[in-house]
Amino acid sequence: MTAMLEMRGVSKSFAGVQALRDVSLTVEAGQIHALVGENGAGKSTLMKVLSGVYPAGSYEGSILFDGEERRFRDINDSEALGIIIIHQELALIPLMSIAENIFLSRAPSRFGVVDRNAVYRRTAELLTQVGLRESPDTLVTDLGVGKQQLVEIAKALSKKVRLLILDEPTASLNEADSAALLDRLLTFREQGIASILISHKLNEVARVADRITVLRDGRTVDSLDCGTERVDEDRIIRSMVNRDLAHRFPERKAEIGDPVMTVENWSVYHPLHTGRQVIKNVDFKIRRGEVVGIAGLMGAGRTEFAMSLFGRAWGYNVSGKISLDGQEADLSSVPAAIHAGLAYVTEDRKQLGLILAEDVRKNVTLASLRQVSDRGVIDDVVELKAASDYRKRMRIRCSDVYQETGQLSGGNQQKVVLSKWLMTDPKVLLLDEPTRGIDVGAKYEIYCVINELAEAGKGVVVISSEMPELLGICDRICVMNDGAFVGEFAKDDATQEKIMRAIMRNVRMSGRGAHDDAVRVRGGAQ
Amino acid sequence: MTDKTVSLPETPKHSGFIKNNLRNYGMLLSLAAIMLFFEIVTDGTLLQPLNLTNLVLQNSYIVIMALGMLLVIVTGHIDLSVGSVAGFIGAVAAVLMVRYHVGYPIAFIACLLVGAAIGAAQGYWIAYFKIPSFIVTLAGMLVFKGLALAVLQGQSVGPFPSTFQKLSSGFIPELFPSAGTLYPTSLLIGIVLAFALVLASAKSRAREQSHGIEVEPYAFFIAKSIALAGAVLYFTYLIASHRGLPNVLVIMTVLIVLYGFVTRRTVIGRQIYAVGGNAKAAKLSGVKTERLTFFTFVNMGVLAALAGLVFAARLNTATPKAGLGFELDVIAACFIGGASAYGGVGRVGGAVVGAMIMGVMNNGMSILGIGIDYQQVIKGLVLLGAVCIDVYNQRR
Repeated sequence: MTAMLEMRGVSKSFAGVQALRDVSLTVEAGQIHALVGENGAGKSTLMKVLSGVYPAGSYEGSILFDGEERRFRDINDSEALGIIIIHQELALIPLMSIAENIFLSRAPSRFGVVDRNAVYRRTAELLTQVGLRESPDTLVTDLGVGKQQLVEIAKALSKKVRLLILDEPTASLNEADSAALLDRLLTFREQGIASILISHKLNEVARVADRITVLRDGRTVDSLDCGTERVDEDRIIRSMVNRDLAHRFPERKAEIGDPVMTVENWSVYHPLHTGRQVIKNVDFKIRRGEVVGIAGLMGAGRTEFAMSLFGRAWGYNVSGKISLDGQEADLSSVPAAIHAGLAYVTEDRKQLGLILAEDVRKNVTLASLRQVSDRGVIDDVVELKAASDYRKRMRIRCSDVYQETGQLSGGNQQKVVLSKWLMTDPKVLLLDEPTRGIDVGAKYEIYCVINELAEAGKGVVVISSEMPELLGICDRICVMNDGAFVGEFAKDDATQEKIMRAIMRNVRMSGRGAHDDAVRVRGGAQ
Repeated sequence: MTDKTVSLPETPKHSGFIKNNLRNYGMLLSLAAIMLFFEIVTDGTLLQPLNLTNLVLQNSYIVIMALGMLLVIVTGHIDLSVGSVAGFIGAVAAVLMVRYHVGYPIAFIACLLVGAAIGAAQGYWIAYFKIPSFIVTLAGMLVFKGLALAVLQGQSVGPFPSTFQKLSSGFIPELFPSAGTLYPTSLLIGIVLAFALVLASAKSRAREQSHGIEVEPYAFFIAKSIALAGAVLYFTYLIASHRGLPNVLVIMTVLIVLYGFVTRRTVIGRQIYAVGGNAKAAKLSGVKTERLTFFTFVNMGVLAALAGLVFAARLNTATPKAGLGFELDVIAACFIGGASAYGGVGRVGGAVVGAMIMGVMNNGMSILGIGIDYQQVIKGLVLLGAVCIDVYNQRR
């Protein structure tokens, strides 16, 4: 029997960053194939290659479907063959009915007039098939996320799906809805529909998958056949994290001093859903010269925690106490936080970190204009000198400091953002995913900068989804889940498996729809 | 990596330099071309001293408002109410001075304060309540158009006291006995200004050079200075051979220099551009984005009030129709001058040149006897064309 889908030797890079290297994937008809790996391992990229979001020619390797080589130009080409992808962020139009959403682009019609009766009838059939008991006229906005997910699946069925790709389908569902969804996949399997399931919830993966492919750093590192061997979570975790850590991180002699920042009973509520507590009365402490990592999955509340500390740049009804150098500090606004000695380097440098249309010089000095001005008038020469100094110190590769930051590579952009915050001379730096999307060389340079900062007696908090990175550079690693710290490991005691287990254990326990509201709002704002 | 000093050994490439800076000077060259075109087709009427003085007076209020509008557009907003506000302030001035006989200086200051209050009222909703500026100022446009009518009770009110008229129709006093047909004081001011301009740019060039900052090529600098000084001197000569410098031109020049300085050289100017370039990043860098947005609207209100006073003084009467459609000319001037509708980009010089392009086209087409109908068509196409060229340039 030939496989339904075969992806052979797929490689793809973005501006010098290798996202996929020689990845192969084989899916047979009526198979549930799970794709697992850390954030940034390349799962979503692989699925975008498969569905034609990245057209043929933009990657290397080949895709065979039904034994024939296919070259998809866009998502319509792959959909025509019955390859349907359901993204993590649902693509439904909230103020339209279920029926209208399902038949949005291909409503049965006569002479261009939509045949409403046919639409209604067929929608009702599809809803029965996915087990959703709602009227086809119900507006999508009136449904919970779990039901919206089912509408997406009904939509896929309406397109004669043969291979269904689900990207984190249960991330925002509660236990009951998740179980119902997975049962649906098992039913499809009997009908000969294959599925690719991307998920962080390894217990679910272990339950339904026939085959598990593990990706790491853009490579296929393991392929587990659940029919022939017993696969449990520990087995999967071992594959996910196992790798060589030697020589990827610069050495540092840690000299850890007194506490530089102490956070007590910190509580933050969601700015839109003011009843939802996002950060749940946590305590946190960092010492001079210490690098503390915060591990956790996306949506665990790490970014929200850091941003709320930084002058309450995120959140509503922020409360708690922060002391810097043993004295209670006023961090009620971003300017106050900067003045007090806090710096936050964002995870999203393009949206929140840089003014891409402006040059390197203006971006570097933006948070410290007072240093380069006299009575509100900027001294060009002083400013240029400051920017040039940082360019040299951080080894920012640009033609000159008048080059637009939008033209720089990701690594150099990140160095510009870091320069901006180093210039404010902070006591504590909060680095949010400081090496996301940048190449290995630039990563090493940023680790060196982190070491320098720690050696200069600053406290450095590193939020990262890459565990080897945290293990390589941190003195201490805290694990955050669902807005609370659920584990803490000293450098010598920490291993990837321990951290991953701490994360996964709590994902399972806090499965009860923590992000339900957030997803619903995202849908409603479309 | 080898140690590098601030002065980086970079060989300036002249062709590259001109290409890079063509965008900055492109609009100025377009203005020169348009002026030359109309000068020829109107048989020299355009640059006759009388007409030139009129040109300045006719466009002064557009230029004044364009300065404020540029800041508003740079922060990523728009103000549709400026025409109505200018008309309303003209009406308030007329009622104060003509009906209630309030003294000219007190009425003048009161009007500017009312303008500031109007700007604050609109800016408050935009900056702190995040209501789109398009909607707030569209409402303001209706409100102040209506209020102007109400204040004037539907009639024209005038004439103004002669001291107030001087704001628009007056010229600077002559200090020297007149020599022939020229006004020596104005001529002298022009000459001093031309030399000061050249001296200042030479000085800043030398200073930058001594710190190793890359500067424009020497030949280019000399050519630019000669062109600049020549243009100022020629313009001064023309103005001085009519009745000298109009008061309004002096006010305008001072404001242009002031706003040019604020936008290019000050912390607040830098922060305004940062807000427009990426408001979220600016906010996370400690820029008080709301407050800055608020103040750009207060500033816009004051300048709209000043423009309203200048316009009322020029007509010597306040009419309910004053200010109608000004906002369109002002906004067009900014966009023709290279401001970006997405915010973060735009120069004071560009907005002024944009206003002059609109002004010269109005004036030139009127001299040619082209009807108001086709004038609008042509102006609309020029606006679209200018912005298209700009977008095309940015894509490259």
